[in-house]
Amino acid sequence: MPTIVVEVMPKAELLDPQGKAVTFALARLGSTAPQVGTYSEVRIGKRFELTVDEATEAVLAEVKQFAEDIFSNSVIEDVVSLYVLEDPALAGSAAVSL
Amino acid sequence: MRIGVVTFPGSLDDRDAQRAVRLAGGEPVALWHGSHDLDGVEAIILPGGFSYGDYLRAGAIASLSPIMSEVVDAAGRGMPVLGICNGFQMLAEARLIPGAHTRNAHQQFIRRDQRLRVENADTAWTTGFVEGQEITIPLKNADGRFVADDETIKRLEGEGQVAFRYIGVNPNGSMDDIAGVSNKEGNVVGLMPHPEHATEAGFGPDTALAMSSGTDGLTFFTSVIEKALIK
Repeated sequence: MPTIVVEVMPKAELLDPQGKAVTFALARLGSTAPQVGTYSEVRIGKRFELTVDEATEAVLAEVKQFAEDIFSNSVIEDVVSLYVLEDPALAGSAAVSL
Repeated sequence: MRIGVVTFPGSLDDRDAQRAVRLAGGEPVALWHGSHDLDGVEAIILPGGFSYGDYLRAGAIASLSPIMSEVVDAAGRGMPVLGICNGFQMLAEARLIPGAHTRNAHQQFIRRDQRLRVENADTAWTTGFVEGQEITIPLKNADGRFVADDETIKRLEGEGQVAFRYIGVNPNGSMDDIAGVSNKEGNVVGLMPHPEHATEAGFGPDTALAMSSGTDGLTFFTSVIEKALIK
């Protein structure tokens, strides 16, 4: 069965305290990290997976509505992607762009 | 005056809100999230807590519950609605007030007796205060950082919709130190701190006079009741 994926990120201009805490944690790893890079920012978002019988256009349109109205709050978050993870047995349903 | 207090799964302060209504001289009416029945109340309180475990976003799932469609309709007709803490988050998620809430800037849950300045004494829940009055009521939250885009903040400030502002300390990183806001009409008010926990001497914040004697929160409830009596 196909799975519809919706990904939501906190708005770029807003403070993401969770991501900031992880950024600091990575910096603290310092030279003990296996590969020391400069990770100037980490941001944490959400991923929703909706398993459906069939990812029809109508279903995708409804999920897009859910993504905008329920899965995200447009004041603080953006829906950054919405796509279908194809079951190899089922072909034909394409990812929709936002 | 019959004032409804909605209980959601995970509400914590619904009974404190009912008690506050009683102490102010009103009649508290318990309302249920899963119902469409407002039971003829004349005002509504959305209480604090962690409805639905704060899953998705604080207040988000509660804002989709059956009773909320009635609350939105009643608010549109001008009924006074007060959202406290989690209730404030629900008001924002239901778009009854502008803005939204994120995790506190410092990532910590915070509980303190918080000083506030009453910025608007004309809302349904603040007429008993005078503009500029300083009050102290308890604050306790994890997702209390009020945010909105610049244009919205400017509009809130310009049109007197900032009802309360943190003074002394900004406890959660809220923009412009905003502690509470109202809708344009002033019948819907939301704030992070908890007026219902400062309504009875002996059980409130400390004051200069005596320990736990603060009752600044009572005025929220007497304001709405007195206004109804005048009508």
